[in-house]
Amino acid sequence: MSEILARGTWLVLLTLVTALFLTILPLPPMAEDLRPQWVAMTLIFWALALPERVGVFWAFGVGLVLDVATGTLLGHHALGLSVVAYVAVELHPRVRIFSLWQQALFVWILLILERLLALWVLGATGQPMPSLTYWGATFAGLLLWPWLQVVLRDLARRAGAV
Amino acid sequence: MILAVLVALGLIVADHRHHHLGTLRATLAVMVYPLQVLADLPVRLARNAQGRLADERMLRDQNEALRRENLVLNARLQQLHALESENMRLRDLLGSSFRIGERVLIAEILAVDLDPGRRQVVLNKGSSSGVFVGQPVLDANAVMGQVVRTNPVSSTVLLITDSEHALPVEVNRNGLRSIARGTGVAQDLELLHIPKNADVRVGDLLVTSGMGGRFPRGYPVARVTGVRHDPDDPFTVVTAEPTARLDRSREVLLVWTLSPESPGGASGEALGDASAGAGASGSGGPDGEER
Repeated sequence: MSEILARGTWLVLLTLVTALFLTILPLPPMAEDLRPQWVAMTLIFWALALPERVGVFWAFGVGLVLDVATGTLLGHHALGLSVVAYVAVELHPRVRIFSLWQQALFVWILLILERLLALWVLGATGQPMPSLTYWGATFAGLLLWPWLQVVLRDLARRAGAV
Repeated sequence: MILAVLVALGLIVADHRHHHLGTLRATLAVMVYPLQVLADLPVRLARNAQGRLADERMLRDQNEALRRENLVLNARLQQLHALESENMRLRDLLGSSFRIGERVLIAEILAVDLDPGRRQVVLNKGSSSGVFVGQPVLDANAVMGQVVRTNPVSSTVLLITDSEHALPVEVNRNGLRSIARGTGVAQDLELLHIPKNADVRVGDLLVTSGMGGRFPRGYPVARVTGVRHDPDDPFTVVTAEPTARLDRSREVLLVWTLSPESPGGASGEALGDASAGAGASGSGGPDGEER
């Protein structure tokens, strides 16, 4: 039992590190605005799949690392991700029985919530405001969610984490 | 959840207002560094492949061009030495002798995307190479920015086009002083508080004035691209384009400088440092890391 637990934890760590890697991978400037919130999406998946193990504190830790990796204020992403993970964990029984596209819409709202909180931090600390393309990433996330969900679920099943 | 939110808010305030979290950030940054190097890898490999695929004629042409450029630069350097000693002599006559000693370290920009709203880059040299917060960063053409965060293995540079960056400049032609502020848009700076009757023209070169004591004096910064008189604006609107290749350079220079404004107590020590740097230049070795 504990071995399965450990394996699941490793898989969560591995996917989150991959998401972090995708976040800082250089992209051409045109595609940059459409870069999905990889970390937030991966975190939401695990919060829905393993709510008893991945929750607010994972989100907080990953958020801090993300802040350092992207050079923002410490706590900037940690705040949004914590709130998002909390909502996902609270609502997981309801969301799990949604169809794939309904789920994608739910995730989209969470992604917007994360961006909104990040925007609020930007405003509160007097940093420059991004333009409207700031929200483009949430749409990319909406379109990508079904595929990401299938891939991650497959991985989790194969590793025996779920 | 409440706890996490409160801690996050606390961290934001602590980082924004008091800058207390240097060690925590540095520790985490060291952990993240391998990931950043990994993200940089595809770009590095592509450049390597490009180097291998270059054919002989291209390399010979390039070699020829570099040799010619070197010749021209060397010729100019001779002139510069003569001018420098003449300058020193004149200053001696005026009784205001000073020396500008400089040490330079070459660092590489990691191809890593940071927060798209800010204009920052990550360098592969950190505090273990002597990089410090506030250090000026140049490329071959002009000023690029300054170091804002360091950890033992890497450092973060705020570019001059970031909208929270401003640096004191002067017009090279007539010495008119101003402040160049970034706009957050690549390749765009604006000059603040230029009076209506000021003598600024399109094409003027802006150089650092050294007023802030942070950037050494006399390095080129930008070229004026537009001068506009708005009837309802008490100041002239002047825009400029940085001469540094902010989005294309890969190698950058980190500069240790002795500014003439530094107080007397520190200057002796800094002079010693500068001469040590000059000593290191002789033994810099073939890799050209330190000059």
